Parts: sequence; structure tokens; C-alpha cells
Amino acid sequence: MTIFRMTTTIVSVADRFQELKQQSQCALVPFITAGDPDLETTAKAIQVLAENGADMIELGVPYSDPLADGPTIQAAATRALAKGVKLEDVLAIVKEVSSKVSVPIILFTYYNPIYYRGVESFLELIKDAGVKGLVVPDLPLEEAEVLIEPAKAMGIEVTLLVAPTSSQERIKAISSKSQGFIYLVSVTGVTGMRTAMGTRVNELLVELHQETDKPVGVGFGISSPEQAKQVKEWGAEAVIVGSAFVKRLADGTPELGLKAIGEFCRSLKNAIS
Amino acid sequence: MTATPLKSDRLKHQVPDNLGRFGIYGGKYVPETLMPALAELETAYAKYKVDPEFNEELNGLLKDYVGRANPLYFAERLTQHYARPDGTGAQIYLKREDLNHTGAHKINNALAQALLAIRMGKKRIIAETGAGQHGVATATVCARFGLECIIYMGVQDMERQKLNVFRMRLLGATVQPVTAGTGTLKDATSEAIRDWVTNVENTHYILGSVAGPHPYPMMVRDFHGVIGKETRHQCEEKWGGLPDILLACVGGGSNAMGLFHEFVSEESVRLIGVEAAGESVISGKHAATLTEGRPGVLHGAMSYLLQDTEGQVVEAHSISAGLDYPGVGPEHSYLKDTGRAEYHSVTDKEAVDALCKVSELEGIIPALETAHAFAYLDKLCPQLEGSPRIVINCSGRGDKDVNTIAKYLGNDDL
Repeated sequence: MTIFRMTTTIVSVADRFQELKQQSQCALVPFITAGDPDLETTAKAIQVLAENGADMIELGVPYSDPLADGPTIQAAATRALAKGVKLEDVLAIVKEVSSKVSVPIILFTYYNPIYYRGVESFLELIKDAGVKGLVVPDLPLEEAEVLIEPAKAMGIEVTLLVAPTSSQERIKAISSKSQGFIYLVSVTGVTGMRTAMGTRVNELLVELHQETDKPVGVGFGISSPEQAKQVKEWGAEAVIVGSAFVKRLADGTPELGLKAIGEFCRSLKNAIS
Repeated sequence: MTATPLKSDRLKHQVPDNLGRFGIYGGKYVPETLMPALAELETAYAKYKVDPEFNEELNGLLKDYVGRANPLYFAERLTQHYARPDGTGAQIYLKREDLNHTGAHKINNALAQALLAIRMGKKRIIAETGAGQHGVATATVCARFGLECIIYMGVQDMERQKLNVFRMRLLGATVQPVTAGTGTLKDATSEAIRDWVTNVENTHYILGSVAGPHPYPMMVRDFHGVIGKETRHQCEEKWGGLPDILLACVGGGSNAMGLFHEFVSEESVRLIGVEAAGESVISGKHAATLTEGRPGVLHGAMSYLLQDTEGQVVEAHSISAGLDYPGVGPEHSYLKDTGRAEYHSVTDKEAVDALCKVSELEGIIPALETAHAFAYLDKLCPQLEGSPRIVINCSGRGDKDVNTIAKYLGNDDL
């Protein structure tokens, strides 16, 4: 039986990491695209993930031109948009599930929908829905200033990304600005399932930990419990898995998809526990 | 702030600034993975643009391989067509970029970027293409220098520009079909950027317009700047002065920026860009970004953008594959907002009519893209007083478009 947790206890991303650190736990952060296969399933999926070991959930807002995404997440976004899924629908789901789960929800969105609404209005909307963190993959450090400070003022953590190509100076600058955690992109490339993890991830984790006390989450390309375990052993504080969840959730009926992501989530969590 | 100091500031200040900003437009909205590559490109461009050996090689090839300088041609019968009964009216000149090797202005930039890529040690080249002219130009220079070449092209564009697909393959390039979205230029550009994110360490992306993240809008503009520089010199030779009006089509806006840039600080020169109104602006099926869009971010830059009320990018429509793009180069957005340039749009039908007219009157079949600039003469000429000199950027030739035009005109048996 699931333990019912109060909504008001949802903590910030940084605090969640702090709790996990005290328990010597590595966080599992599943990603799903909101609205694929439909909004109702998204709401259920968040609960299923939370019940099966997810420590935080990254929720992708479907976008027409997802430059940083590989074929799986692109296709999911296209399907969701074709069904008419809008930001307000996604946020309604966040609001709805926040009374049922206690995991912080991090919104993954491209910059144009934010800019279109205006940074302040966008932040107010997502804060009101209960979103705790924000990842904007096409907003590198140089362009992110306009978002980081206003978000901080509203208690929303904007997490920046570090890539295998980032120089030491950039890693330093990104580490100091990133909120909640640092998102380490494990591959030179877009999101999607890969069979091997580059050893560069290991080096970058060492570099990042020398640079900062902030937790580091590794994502892009992780698709199996073995890879998750590897990344944890290299010292990551969080493992972020996207396409492998999106693919499982979209496969077959929503019921089968939900069952599949529950089992997969559990297997990942076991691998890093 | 009053309008006057803004104007003089504009003329004093070089754009873009160090961050790649043209006013609020431009910038670098790309995944972190690409930031080091953009910095590397910026450094290489800054170094080689003033490097005598680089410039000597580039200028030599522009002359002997591309066939520059191309003529500034007085279009006598087109001029007569628009003349008033009293004999006054616009004096129409064509800057003949269509006479370049490969048939369009695109090779100016493709050639220069290939020389840059070689110096940066990048042996794999990728590019996006809409009409196929940039793809052909890139495939051409890659063949010339023995570089691996992958061209991303939307499936719809591959269908309507079959001739160019075949040309690219003949030149040894791999044409990678893009099925996402509407299978047009926007989707091809996204896919090229994804390839670059994945293969950035050994790959140079020859972006084909004055769009994308900094330094592309500046660099591509500068590489096409030869169009305006030659035009200035040729005007000086022909009538000892400046042109009165410059007219060019705008999709991403590279041929227009190439012509305009030299004259932006010459306040007497009127700059006019013509966008694609597709079926009509009211129908919603158009590509009139500057006329109908609002500021947003696409493909790494902030600029005017066709988008819906959710900030999702909407599909553009134009009979011309090269103008079928929901974004536009950031410097055009800046020139629009500062009032330095004006932008109008013409429909598919007006463009096809103009293409036929120019073919019949001048013996020049312009590209469908270019035909949009010609089509605006119908609206512009009646508004003009006296006999101002107009230079139209005849940016490409229309051979590639004959199938599309035949279909449009109902001759399906071509």
C-alpha cells in the first residue's frame, strides 16, 4: 500500500539532495514527456514513478523544435502537440499530482515558450503549479542570467548543463551559477539511449566535485540499470533517465506502459541503492 | 530617448556587439555542448578575416572558381515596362549573383566557410538546405577541397527541388532526408544542429544563412558582403554615385544582408526586403516572418519568429523552398525595429507572375526566391517619383524551379 504524503512537504531540489546525501543515496530522476500518450497517463505515470523509487521527476514540456532531443523524445513531443497539449495542461497535471506525491518536479522546457509568455509571468505560472526546478537546454550560461535571478527570487531552481566539451573555465562558471544541482550531459550529442557510457563522464565528475559541493546529476544516454550503477560508482549524486522511460511508456496501451515504467524505475533504483 | 540620437548611435555602433547581439536580437541559444565550438569558430573567424593568406586564397577562388565580379546589369526592358508615359520611372539594375558558379549567391559563403573549416582542421562538413542552392554550393566546395559532406534536406523540399538533390549527389555529397515536421528548411536546420551537437569535435557546420547562433549571422553577412562591395564599385563606375534603392528577397536573409551591409550607413539608400506571403498573409499559409511574426528564439538566435499563442514555432508556407522558413536572420529584425530597412511580402502567385515576366522581358529566368524581389516592383514602382536607380539582388537562377512552376501553371506533363 502506498503511503499518503502531504502536499505541503514537497521540498526544493537542493533540499531533496541534502536528504539523500544524509542517507548516502544516489537520486533517481526519471524524465517523461508531458501529454504522451495522454495527460491522464502522465498524471498516473508521475505517481507510479514516485511509488517505484523516483526521487525527483523531470517533466518535459512538449516543444515544436526540441534541438537537444533525439528521435524518441522528439517523437513524444510531436505526438503530444498533435493532441493539443499546452503548457497550462501540463501545469494542471503538476498541480493535481502534487497532492498525491512528495517528489519535487523539475520542468524541462525550451526557452521560446518561456520568452513568449515573459520570464516573470512564466515563473509565476509554474511556481503556482508547484514546480520546484527548471532545466532549459537551449539556454547556456551566457543567456541564462535573465532567468536565474528572477527564478531564485521565486524559489525556483534553474539547473544549468555541463557538457563533455565544456572547458574547465566554463565548468567553474556553470557550477557557481547552477541551482539545485549540476546537470552533466554524459555524451557529446542529443538525448537518446546508448549502450556505452564514455569514460569522460568519470573525469568530468571528478572535475566537478573538485570545483563544487553542489550535487551532480548525469543524464543523456543512460538506458539500463548497469549504466546507472556505473554512473553512481563514478560518484554522481543523481542518475537521470529519459528516452528509455518515454519509449516504455509509449509502447502499447497506457496500462502496459505504466506497468513497464514502474518495473523499470524499480530496477534502476535497485541498481543504485 | 528621442529618435535622432538612436539613429546616429546606430550608425556609429558596429553590430553585433561582443555577445553577438544586434540590439535585443541574435545571441547564442544553443545546448552547452556547442558553446565551445562557437567560441572556437569566433576565434578562428576573427583571426582569418584579417589574415592576408586567407584573403588571398578566398579572393583568388571567388574570381577564378566562382566567376566574380559578376555584372551589375541594366534591365532595359523591365525598366521600360515600369516607365511612365513621360519616360520617367525606376531605372532597374540587376546584381547578377545568378551568374556565379552553381547559380546563386550561396557559394560566396560556402566557399569562405570551407576555407575556414580546413584551417580549423575540420574534415567533415554538414549543412542544411531548403531550395538546395546552399546544399549544392556546399557540396561543390567540399568536392573542390576533398571534404566529407552531408546535407540535411526536408523530404518535401527534396521532392520540389529534385534537380538540386541530383546535383548534390553528383558532387559526391550525402543528402540526408529529414522527415520531421513539414519536411522543410526548419526541420533540416534542426537536424543539422543535432548532427553538429553529436559530431562537433570533427565537424564544421556551414550554416547557409545570416541566421543561427553568433558568430554565424555576422560571419555569413561578411562573407556575402562582397555583393554590396562590388555593387558600390559598379554604381560608381556606371553613374558615379550610390544606388537609391536596394531590393532583395528575404527568407533567412543572406542575399539581402550581403547587398545591404555595405550601404547600411549610407542613409540616402533605401533598403527593402521582400518576404514570402505564400497563399496570402491572411490565410495563415505564409512565410512573412518580419511582417507577421514576433520576437522569439529559433535555431540559436533571437529574432522575429512565426509562432502560435503557446510560443510553439508554426510551419511556414511558400512556393519557394528557400523562403519557406518561420525565422529570419537577427540583423534583419534589428534593421526593421530601427527603421533602417523596410520589409514587405508578396504571394506565391505574384512571385510566379514576376518570374514569367522577367523571363519574357529580360531573357533571365530567376529563382522563385529571387522572383519575390522582382514581384515587389509592381507595388513599388507606382509609388516612386522621378527616375530612382534600383538595384535588385538577382540572387539565383530558376532552372531548379521549372518543375514547380510548370506544376503551378498546370503543365503537369513536364
